[in-house]
Formats: sequence, structure tokens, C-alpha cells
Amino acid sequence: MFYRENGQFQTTYQADQQIFPVRQDRLAILALIAFAFVGVPLLADEYLFRAILVPFLILALAAIGVNVLVGYCGQISLGSGAFMAVGAYMAYNVFIRVADVPLIVALLAGGLSAMLAGIAFGIPSLRVKGLYLAVATLAAQFFFDWLFVRVPWFTNYSPAGTAEVSNLGMLGWSIDTPLDKYLFVLGFVVVFAWLAKNLVRGPIGREWMAIRDMDVAAAVIGIRPMYAKLTAFAISSFIVGVAGALWAFIHLGSWEPLAFDINRSFQLLFIVIIGGLGSITGCFFGAAFIVITPIALNQMLPWLGSLAGVRISTAMVGHAELMIFGALIVWFLIKEPHGLARYWSITRHKLRLWPFPH
Amino acid sequence: MKLRQLALSAALALAAAATALSTGLAMAQAPVQFFPSLTGRTGAVAPNATPFANGFADYMKLVNARGGINGVQTMVEECETAYATDRGVECYERLKGRHGGATVFQPLSTGITFALMPRLAADKIPMITSGYGRSDTADGSIFPWVFPLLGHYWIAGDVVLQHIANKSGGWASLRGKTVAVVYHDSPFGREVLPIVQRRAEMHGFQVLALPVPPPGVEQRAVWLQIRQQRPDFVIMQTWGVMTATAIRQAVATGFPRERMFGTWWSGAEPDLRDIGADARGYNAVMMQHGQARDSEVVRQILAQVHERGQGTGPRTEVGDVLYMRGVVGAMLAVEGVFRAQERFGRGRHVSGEQARWGYENLNITQARLDELGFAGVLRGPIVTSCRNHVGTALTRIHTWNGTGFDWSSDWLQADMNVITRMITASSESFARDNNVTRRTEAGC
Repeated sequence: MFYRENGQFQTTYQADQQIFPVRQDRLAILALIAFAFVGVPLLADEYLFRAILVPFLILALAAIGVNVLVGYCGQISLGSGAFMAVGAYMAYNVFIRVADVPLIVALLAGGLSAMLAGIAFGIPSLRVKGLYLAVATLAAQFFFDWLFVRVPWFTNYSPAGTAEVSNLGMLGWSIDTPLDKYLFVLGFVVVFAWLAKNLVRGPIGREWMAIRDMDVAAAVIGIRPMYAKLTAFAISSFIVGVAGALWAFIHLGSWEPLAFDINRSFQLLFIVIIGGLGSITGCFFGAAFIVITPIALNQMLPWLGSLAGVRISTAMVGHAELMIFGALIVWFLIKEPHGLARYWSITRHKLRLWPFPH
Repeated sequence: MKLRQLALSAALALAAAATALSTGLAMAQAPVQFFPSLTGRTGAVAPNATPFANGFADYMKLVNARGGINGVQTMVEECETAYATDRGVECYERLKGRHGGATVFQPLSTGITFALMPRLAADKIPMITSGYGRSDTADGSIFPWVFPLLGHYWIAGDVVLQHIANKSGGWASLRGKTVAVVYHDSPFGREVLPIVQRRAEMHGFQVLALPVPPPGVEQRAVWLQIRQQRPDFVIMQTWGVMTATAIRQAVATGFPRERMFGTWWSGAEPDLRDIGADARGYNAVMMQHGQARDSEVVRQILAQVHERGQGTGPRTEVGDVLYMRGVVGAMLAVEGVFRAQERFGRGRHVSGEQARWGYENLNITQARLDELGFAGVLRGPIVTSCRNHVGTALTRIHTWNGTGFDWSSDWLQADMNVITRMITASSESFARDNNVTRRTEAGC
């Protein structure tokens, strides 16, 4: 009843081609962004910012990058953790070695370095596909794991091998409190999500999807596979690199190479698979699921146990978290292989018919 | 179908609401001194970190049984980190404001220590990193919120090398020899390297650094390299299952266990019990105490905590090396609060900032240690100050005899000339990089 586009006539091509041609969609997205910038700071407390919202936003940004590569272009990559590491360490080096460099420039420089690394490690995609490409990108993961531990230049010759940043700020706004960090990251995520959405709607996105669906046919109709695959790697690694730099600078503050190990790559892949391959909104759902579920289980299991009169020990909560989390992933993949984004699009579809389902 | 969905969503909503309520309900009680416990009860470090958490919780219960800290009861809430830095940070954020505010954090992980250090000053919560963490935090004038009480890795490395030198016939006898360091490939593992390298420069022996990627269940390559290179001694800076795996590999490749020396996290019962007689001769440096089954504090814990059915963990573990380390960690945390109460009000709740003052002005005499039940376990006095956050630096070496430990050295003290110079250099470079001004005596 409310979600109908009767009476909304587009009179220009520009209006017809906008991201949200339906007025209700536009209003909903603007309301969501306004709530995120204004409402959440009023309602959330410090723990929510630090432990849930900031990691959620940064992982969603990284998932957008991975989704561009895996979901839209169909190139399986297990090296996302490594590209996050490249973004983080190169942003760190630019930040400390170049005098008075603005924070955003350092973060983008990290992204650009990750982009170059992504292009370099994306070259195997021109010859191998699927599982074999996954193994080739795994090489990227292990190579960068090794590089940042063994070459002390990257950590500025720190004896413990960790990198640390402090005194972050831009244009006179010092980014200290959890609220500042949340707003800074939110700005990045909104801009990058908008850019990514426009990229995948445009000609380059269509090339990626053609390569994903049937790369031989795409080559036959004139899409250059090298150009499409390497731009997918480039854009994806850029976004993932910026996300890695944000993760290191804003969320961790002080990090070691283990923060970007193979588990991080798997985590990003799970976010993208559970959220929905080939969907930008899916990245946010997947990131929310992966960030919030373990914490929610950790807090709810002892309470549930006390309801049943059973005292669950800390170790048992840790084990149960892993078991339930794994079971939930399997259940989701069986029930809805297209991910949480599919649930969302089904909901929207039903909303268009409400209250008259058929 | 619709009814089932409705019932399910109602149950979930109820669960969420109840979680929100239950956290609020616990508030309205007498003030307690909250000590969060970051545990490692799952994952690769579980066999070693679990006794520590049990010892910590048991001592806190003993303090309550003795009447609390001048009447203020202690409260422990555990949060599982599985030795993962991001989970440790999340636990810190979750627990720091609960039950009236956390008094002190003991992360039991160098990685988590590094990640939490930037947050302590803003949240005004001190951190005790007894026997781990950054070694240069011994200099409290640069690191006011971190306390590596009783020792850090540069003390451990120095003492191990002193013991090796003593057994070989002096420092000069080490010239030309090779010392391999098998270490956990993380900030924890790397922290011992600077002191070993410094001593190598001073006395002319070679260092063979062999990192083991965590969790370290596969070490065949490392020990093959040791067999090829034939170092004279192996120093182990490992934690969790990595230690036991390393010793098994040493047995398999035939490296003599008498020439293996672990630091204080790499030489306890969980590492050696399953290997038994084959690990005979393995040595480890201990931060003052080792196994202490006959001590007074263990007797009191068994009588007043375990006999009343409140023991955390099994009885058989009480008195083990890592259990005692948890007990000592809890004792240090509580003694700091006692000291803070002397200044800020006896019998009152102590804030994190006040507790920090307490930890910086500790003066735990041998008499006080005996009174608490630590006679024969710890040697006082433990005296901290603004520039010295370690308190004391006494250590001993114990050796595995197949079923238990025997002390194989006298009380050893690290060479503070060498170490203080390294600490000053490192803390000054930290202060330069991070725009930290050294606190003067007046500001301490």
C-alpha cells in the first residue's frame, strides 16, 4: 500500500537512471543515513561504538571490496586479509614517514598500494579459474604475512614487530573518542558504498558480471577479459586496502601482522557468502551477522543457561559460540544460498504487495 | 506455520529484552571491587591459561572468605579471549565499566597488552602485565598505567643466559657457541630477542632465531633446522601447546633436554606432564615461585574455598606452577587496592586511578607475604615506584625430573646495569615517537 510507485513518472533520463528511482527508496535511504549520522550517536553508548558499530562498518566496507571481486566478477579470492594488511602497513608508512600528511591522504595511499598489490596478484586470474585461483590468491595471503613480519622497514624497525598510530585528526577535528571514530568511518563507508554501487550499475559492472556468468561468451561479444578481471582486482583491492587501513588506524590503533591473517580472509569470504554474493546491501547484512552473532551468543548463553538452571562456564560459552556459529552458517547456506540479501529483497517484494499478498 | 514463526519471533524478542534487563538488575548491591579476568580457556593456549584463571578466581574467593579488602568484597567476571587480540579488546570494552568500574586488567597476552595500552590513559584503568607485555614498561615515568610486576622478558632472557653461563663456566666460555631461540612468532615471542642479542654482542656467541608460527602444532621444520645447525643451547619462548610440541620434537630429533631452557611461560606441568620421563632435564626460569603445593596459601585455598565447594577448577590443579601464577597475580591486584585504600579511605571502593597509585607505591614486605601465606613461595620485598614498575627481579631455575620439578639453581638476579640501559633507550624512543613527556618525580 505504501510502497507503490504509482504517480512517479521520470521525465529525464537522469532521473530514470538514478540509483533509487522509487521515491520511497530514496526517502528510506536518506532517513537511514540521517539516523546513522544523528540518531545512533544519541542512542549508542561507548561499548556499542567501539566493539560493534566500528568493526561492523569497517568489515562491511571490506566486504564491499571482496564482493566486487567474488560476487560481481566471480573471481574467488582468499587473499583479502593480505590486501587489508598492505593497506594498513602502507598507510602507516606514509603516515609516519611523510611529514604533515593528512590522515585521509595516508589512508588512500594505503588503498592505492593495495590496488597495485591486487593487480600484481590478480594476474594469475587470466589463466586460472575457480578453486585454482583461490589457491593462487592464498599465495598472496602467505606472502604478505611473511613480508610484514620479516622485513622490519614496514614496522619502522620496531623491536616487537608491531605498528602503532596515535594523534589522528583531520582539518582540526581530532579523532579521539569512540563517537569521532564512528563518524569518521561512517563517512568513508557511505562514500565508498555509493561509489561501489555506481560502479557495479555501470558498464564496468556489467563487464564484471558478464565475466562471472560466462567468461567465454563475454570474450566473444567483445569484453576484454584481462581488462575486466584486472580492474575488478584493482577496485576490489583498493576498497579492501582502505578498509584495512581504517581497521588498523581507527579500530585497533596498535596492530601486529596476526590481525590480518588467513582467518581474516576467511571471515571476509564468509561475510560475503552469508550476506549475498553480488549485492551491496548484502555486505552490510553479512557484516552485521558476523560481528554481532558471537558477541550476542557470548552474552545470551549464560543467561539462557541460568533460565534452565544450568551454570555455563566461560570455556563452554567459548566452545558453544563456535559450534552455534558454524551451525548457523550451514543452516543459512542450506535455507538461502543467495544469502541474507535475498531475504531482504523478498521482504521488499512482499512490501510492494502488502496488504494484498497473492 | 505462521503461528510457529510468530512464537519464534516473540521468543527472540523476549530473550533480547531480558538480556538488556538482566545486566541492569545486578547493580543495586553493596559496592564491590571488580577484577575482570581475561581467560584463555579455549584455543591453543587452553591447557596453560586455564590453571591461571582458576588460581586467580580462587584467590579472590579466599580474599572474600578472609573478610574482603577491609570489608569490600572482590568480584571476578571472566571473559574468554582464546589468546586472540581482537577478542581481548572486545572483552576489555565490555567489562571496563561494569560493577562500578574495573580496578585493573591482566590480559595474560602480550598481543592484547599492546592493543590495550593506548586506551588505558583515557579510561583510567591500570594494567598489570606480570611477567609479560612490553619490557620497557618497567619505566613507569613513560608508561604510568602499565605494571610488569615481578618481571618481564628481558629479565627472563638475562637470567636464563646467566644460568647457562654459570653452568658452562662463566660468560667467557660462551664465546663462539650458538644459542638458538625458538619463539612464538608474535610480539610475545619477539620480546625476548633484544636481550639475547645484546648479550650475544657483549660475550661473542651466535644467536639463531627460529620463529614458530602460532599455534605451533607443526614444528618439524624448525627442529630439523636445529638438528642441522646443532646449537649448543635452545631458549624457548613459547606458550600453550607450542611448548609441548617443541619438547616432543626435541625428543624425536634427539636434542638433549638438559640444554633446553624455557622462559617462565614455557615450563609448567601442562607442557611436560604428558611427555613424562622423556622430558627429564628440561629447565625453565621461574618468576620467583614454581610449584607450591605445600605452601600456606594453598592450604588456605583448599580449606576455605575448595572444601566449601566453591573451587574454580579441579582440586588436583591447586598448587601447580600456572595456578600459583594466577594466585600471585590476584594477590598483587588485591595488595595494590589495600595500598590505595590506605591513602584514599579504608573500607571504601577504589577507582582505577586510585588503584594505579596503589600499584605504583607498593611495599610488600616479607612479613606481609608470610601473613598472606606466601612464605617460601615469594621473596620480598616487592617495592614499586614511579620509575620502577617491576618491584623485584628475583628468579630461579627449575628442572623437570619426570614427574615434578626440582630447583636447580640459587636465587638469580638479572643484571640491571644492562637491562636498565636497554629499558631507558627503548622507553625514550617510544616517548619520542608518541609525543609522551617523561613524568618528573613531582608528577608521579
